[in-house]
Amino acid sequence: MNCRGVIAELSSYFDDALDPQVAADLELHLQRCTKCRVIVDTTRKTIDIYCNAEPVPLPEDVRERLHKVLRERLGRRAS
Amino acid sequence: MNAPNAKPAASLIARDDESALVSAAKSGDVEAFTELVTRYERKIYRLTLNITQNREDAEDAMQDAFLKAYQHLDGFEGGSRFYTWLVRIAVNEALMKLRKRRPNQVSLDEPVTTEEEAFPREIQDWGPSPEQRFARVELNDILTSAVSDLDPAYRVAFLLRDVEELSTEETAQLLGISVPAVKSRLLRARLKLRQKLNPFFRSTPS
Repeated sequence: MNCRGVIAELSSYFDDALDPQVAADLELHLQRCTKCRVIVDTTRKTIDIYCNAEPVPLPEDVRERLHKVLRERLGRRAS
Repeated sequence: MNAPNAKPAASLIARDDESALVSAAKSGDVEAFTELVTRYERKIYRLTLNITQNREDAEDAMQDAFLKAYQHLDGFEGGSRFYTWLVRIAVNEALMKLRKRRPNQVSLDEPVTTEEEAFPREIQDWGPSPEQRFARVELNDILTSAVSDLDPAYRVAFLLRDVEELSTEETAQLLGISVPAVKSRLLRARLKLRQKLNPFFRSTPS
């Protein structure tokens, strides 16, 4: 596998969706290629950082309006 | 405007027992549903804001999503997590707002990008835990700005798969595109985000 092959299979590699033989080829390439190792590592970090990021606080006025709408309209389903 | 004086049933339900809250909400217990809303409102707002990139649309989409969720609670069968079910509703509401506001500017079709454009250019190591170099507010700004720069087609695929952690199949179904199309968009989105974050996170030679 060459560098382009690694990039093409990168997402499937992260998602454990690669055929084991292809995954082994990819890992063999990573052992030899520093650039691809860095790309794999930093792309994985990108995903992890987003995945672990705390949601921004919900602005209080937005939250108040949401709960006002819910209070006003939720009683109607039963009728 | 009916403030119930009676002790709400929701208060009797342990906070961590989501299925009990859902059951109570299904039988018309508004307090139980409000507890579910409180639990997920931040994440749903983040999702609608990230998709629409517009505060007003994000708020409307969130309100509509919770109202629809309550109306259609009977359709939730409990096979999946309540949050995943809620995400589907919220994504649909947010996509509708996005399409309505900018029907000609915003296309959810995949942009034409050559393989050359997608190929990583700046290749620098980030070191361990690069996100810890930033305060939380600053980090959030960096992440939000990078996502907002993505084409909508890439942005939505990334948010659903990597932030909301839906499966490739669920994402495909929700967006009405094929599984290979989701995979292709996700790859492009991940590479583009990596590129956008690189200037902030790369290790600086000291």
